[in-house]
Amino acid sequence: MAENISFLAQLLLTGLVLGSVYSLVALGFVLIYKSTSILNFAQGELLMFGAYVCLALIVGFRIPFMWAFLLTLVFSFILAVLLERAILRPMIGEPIISIIMVTIALSAVLRSLIQIVWGTETKVFPRIFSEEPIRFFGLFIAEVHLYSLAFALTCVVLFALFFKFSSAGLAMRVTAFDQQIAQTLGIDIKKIFALSWAISAIVSSIGGIILGNINGINNALAAMGLKVFPCVILGGLDSILGAIIGGFSIGILENLAGGYLDPVFGGGVKDVAPFVFLVIMLMIKPYGLFGKIRIERL
Amino acid sequence: MASILNVNNIEVVYKDVILVLKGMSLEIEGGKIVTILGNNGAGKTTTLKAISGILKSEDGEVTDGSIEFYGERIDKKYPEEIVRMGIFQVMEGRRVVEDMTVEENLLAGAHTQRNRKKRKEDLEMVYHYFPRLTERRKVMAGYVSGGEQQMLVLGRALMSRPKLLLLDEPSMGLSPLLVSEIFRIIQKINSDQGVSILLVEQNARLALSVAYHGYVMENGRIVLDDTVEKLLENEDVKEFYLGLSEVGKAKSYRDVKHYKRRKRWLT
Repeated sequence: MAENISFLAQLLLTGLVLGSVYSLVALGFVLIYKSTSILNFAQGELLMFGAYVCLALIVGFRIPFMWAFLLTLVFSFILAVLLERAILRPMIGEPIISIIMVTIALSAVLRSLIQIVWGTETKVFPRIFSEEPIRFFGLFIAEVHLYSLAFALTCVVLFALFFKFSSAGLAMRVTAFDQQIAQTLGIDIKKIFALSWAISAIVSSIGGIILGNINGINNALAAMGLKVFPCVILGGLDSILGAIIGGFSIGILENLAGGYLDPVFGGGVKDVAPFVFLVIMLMIKPYGLFGKIRIERL
Repeated sequence: MASILNVNNIEVVYKDVILVLKGMSLEIEGGKIVTILGNNGAGKTTTLKAISGILKSEDGEVTDGSIEFYGERIDKKYPEEIVRMGIFQVMEGRRVVEDMTVEENLLAGAHTQRNRKKRKEDLEMVYHYFPRLTERRKVMAGYVSGGEQQMLVLGRALMSRPKLLLLDEPSMGLSPLLVSEIFRIIQKINSDQGVSILLVEQNARLALSVAYHGYVMENGRIVLDDTVEKLLENEDVKEFYLGLSEVGKAKSYRDVKHYKRRKRWLT
């Protein structure tokens, strides 16, 4: 009995860690969707970009982790602003489906570029955290997991404060709600679009760096970008709170499914579970838990 | 008194083909309330959007004529530049940001104000004009009453410290009691702060009771303009906008067929 409970607790804990990363990436995704109505299929590549750049800075240039981390965020910021300026801004006013196609193309191009530069084999981050697990109420948790969780939670809280109290945060929320209102308030919506992409790229690369530290990095990392869909569909595509809750829920769900169902089905359930859940969610509550219900007329 | 805003003979075209304003002109003197009367579709809202620059995001364009604010041409400027210059449009239909609180809405209105201390002062000033908003400051703007939403959008406009307010139908869908409360506050803002106001209203009697100068608009152009005293004397305005016949008694539906025939300003 006690063993069962500790197994469950262990699964919940790792789920929470994974979920915190999902939350970050989902936050980035929702941010772009909310302010610009673009579904960004290149989210996973932004994450991958962050992980590879950070690794290159540490291994190639021998920069200490903390500095490499901050520099990576600067690079992500620059990349996102360039992408927005050069590729997405000229698309403003085009049909939404064309813009989505552009993001799909963008994801393919970015992924290939990363492969050309850094190759395809799996790379591991040099040890930054000690391998010794920490005992925590009878549960074992790897130091890297603990830091990831703390870090992701800090980011989430920081962004919540940003949206609540800063002038730019308020302007982003107004733009997300209604671009015309934003314009009458003197908000430069083009700047807000660029800012949304920048923040989105930054949180995604934070997610990428955390994942890289846990699992090492390769092309499969981009698939993490797809995992964001179940999270945002659960939370509601246009809700920041929903993205965060969705991220944690999917992380936990994935681990529970992996822990309890994998032995029954002989593996693989862990990766499929979020998408099965996505389909079910779309059938019963297509706008998610916190999403705005909109009737679209075509 | 010198005029601060000059709209000179502008032509506005939507989607490159639909001609909405055909040679519209008006001017506003500093510190005064000016009103535009007109039927639905006459182009009143389009005029406001042309001034505030919002037109551009709706695929509309000022194709001829010019708009000048303090002598500077603004018809090619972006809305955010125009707001910074001191023109603030309050769109019709109480466009609050529903998923933000009342106070967050007000603070968002101060987007162009970088100084945190001044923002705080302005917030206090808005609460002074609209005490009802003080009690509702932490409530989501989507959940407050229609009257409070109207107060909120007016308050949000004040947060930007405008020189000229463009008000589009502030009385729409509100009870008579609320309407008179809101108009009392609008007048107070005008006299305390010296803000000029361009008011578009369906309720002509109300608009003429607060304004100093009035324009009558039909079919994308001005057909009549004069001081409010003169307009109130004008037989056509009385007939078509105030619903009164010569002796000042309410007009009967039986006489409505006079409508088209008697309009003397139509060309």
